[in-house]
Amino acid sequence: MKAFTVHTGVAAPLLRRNIDTDAIIPSREMKRVSKQGLGEGLFAGWRYTLPGGREQNPSFVLNRPEYRNTSILLSGENFGCGSSREHAVWALAEYGIRAVIASGFGAIFHTNCIRNGILPVCLDEQAISDLAERVQKDPQINLVEIDLNRCRIVCGDRELEFALEEGARHMLLNGLDPIALTLQQRKLIDQFENTRRKKHAWAFAPFEDCVEGVLP
Amino acid sequence: MTTPGAISEATTLFDKLWWEHAVCELDNGETLLYLDRVFLHERTGSIALQSLHAAGYGVRDARKVFCTMDHIVDTFPGRGDATLMPSGTDFITATRNETRAANIRLFDVDDPNQGIVHVISPEQGLVLPGLTLVCPDSHTCTQGAIGALAWGIGSSEAEHAMATGTLRVRKPKNMRVVIDGALQPGVTAKDLVLNLIARFGANGGAGYAVEFAGSTVRDLEVEARFTLCNMAVEFSAFTAVIAPDEKVEAYFHGRDFAPKGEHWRDAVEHWRSLRSDEAARFDRELHVDASTIQPAVTWGTSPEQVVSIGESIPYPDTFAEDHRRESAVRALAYQNLAPGKHLVDISIDAAFIGSCTNSRLSDLQAAAAVVKGRRIAPGVRGVVVPGSRRVKKAAEREGLDQIFTAAGFEWRDSGCSMCFYAGGETFGANQRVISTTNRNFEGRQGPNTRTHLASPATVAASAIAGSFISAEMLAESELLAS
Ligand code: SF4
Repeated sequence: MKAFTVHTGVAAPLLRRNIDTDAIIPSREMKRVSKQGLGEGLFAGWRYTLPGGREQNPSFVLNRPEYRNTSILLSGENFGCGSSREHAVWALAEYGIRAVIASGFGAIFHTNCIRNGILPVCLDEQAISDLAERVQKDPQINLVEIDLNRCRIVCGDRELEFALEEGARHMLLNGLDPIALTLQQRKLIDQFENTRRKKHAWAFAPFEDCVEGVLP
Repeated sequence: MTTPGAISEATTLFDKLWWEHAVCELDNGETLLYLDRVFLHERTGSIALQSLHAAGYGVRDARKVFCTMDHIVDTFPGRGDATLMPSGTDFITATRNETRAANIRLFDVDDPNQGIVHVISPEQGLVLPGLTLVCPDSHTCTQGAIGALAWGIGSSEAEHAMATGTLRVRKPKNMRVVIDGALQPGVTAKDLVLNLIARFGANGGAGYAVEFAGSTVRDLEVEARFTLCNMAVEFSAFTAVIAPDEKVEAYFHGRDFAPKGEHWRDAVEHWRSLRSDEAARFDRELHVDASTIQPAVTWGTSPEQVVSIGESIPYPDTFAEDHRRESAVRALAYQNLAPGKHLVDISIDAAFIGSCTNSRLSDLQAAAAVVKGRRIAPGVRGVVVPGSRRVKKAAEREGLDQIFTAAGFEWRDSGCSMCFYAGGETFGANQRVISTTNRNFEGRQGPNTRTHLASPATVAASAIAGSFISAEMLAESELLAS
């Protein structure tokens, strides 16, 4: 997994609440059995003039020249709510988004971000609109710097602090593979399973009473 | 890392389920939770399995992993692998190949037990009270209705779940939603949950696991409890739970994968301990008086934008907060609705009965009771999609399919269908659809399709009237006209 330590980039304001994962990547854009090829479909419903089309809607923030190379999104409460589709995060990553700063996240989306090296930063609404105001004056000049080591955001002379749970921070900073990490606990998991099997055999039946792979 | 100790204090149901599955607490504040079941579907399952294998991992115990074809699969009668979405077949074939290679039980397109994941897992007893279940689908919270700890995850988490049999999770806070009072005639679990979200906001449950309790919840049948818990994710909750009771025991007795004999007795004994202790403390408690609730319908593009069906479209100015006003304006533009307009005066183009929220036998019975002997309004398209093939068969045994088709509805094979746009089927742009589904987001049912959420009875009645109306109002108006 891609690590996240310090990132400086163009930030684009998309200051709505409840931007759902259907909006981040409409289902019609999830065409292939793959995590790739989704960047083009990012925000497709807003980004293009016609559903399924590729003619850019010039008024959508990411299409405006001053926001080229955007790598940070500024948004409202409950960003990434709705469907659990991880395609939303894959699309953001492929587009080049490294961090989303919002005043709240959908729970599944939040975890999906961490698992894919995107930093979800939670700030209050006021701080985000201040940030947006600064950026808007000249997005290509007023870059936003996010330092996950120190949990700080800097934009010009404005410095903000944010919090991220230690587990998620550690994962992101080191670009860890959670599966490999958990498999280090395999013994403990096996032990737990054996105890559980003894105590709650009903929870394992009928799967374990049957021949492997052949179920009733 | 510490091993969790015994639970001694008064404990909530959710915490009991949580600590019973805690393998260990990790240094970073997360808990490593043991998983009893993992469910996949063709939309994300094949990608997760491919990626797992590409990373060099295997499935820890394939016997506890299940997969269904529900999201993309076609629901036209006599379907095969073809879908309206050109690449849909690729998902179906890849899922078939990947699950076969991993030795995972698949409910394939033509399997008599196929259906929407959240409908078939309890239907077959694949989920049970006291178990943990995860699925890369946000509506996995549905299964909390029977006292399971079930929640939706992403694809990477699904890979982790399969490879390790566990997930690293940060424990949410506890919320209890106490619902008391008798429901008025024609008011259902769907109306309850829509009202809850309207009142406390689409974000009201963020950071919490919600326990639904109170006399109204106890009085609900098991299938209605699924509807209630299904929309916990629309309330932004981590998941929802309801303490299992005798109704739940009766529900599972004899199901294919339910424990039998001695195992059954042990299971039931355990299930009876699955309730919040009297003195258990909740971080937040909400109260709802069910007796005041009317049949509800959403007018906007968020599940919190709800009115009672006899009311009119609200004026954005009436919302106190800026963001609610702004989203009301945007929603009204998308939905092409004028504030002040009475719901009964707004005509609809289509009615959809289906989805993991409302596609079980009791939902179809409720809709059929309204439809029986009536006809769909001219120009309105009606579609009924049973949640599983078993539901379909049971409904046909009762002649419900005849009632629907005689009224002018299409009777489909089971799947997610037009709950969303994945299979490539839609009612079309600018079409106003009243739907028993759970999401009314922009474009959810297809580009520029306008979705209004309601209960099966309300959807059925509206299809007959051609405009928003409840079953009770429809009956009254017909009485007046005769
Ligand atoms: S019926 Fe709709 S909400 Fe339910 S699992 Fe299928 S697509 Fe998701």
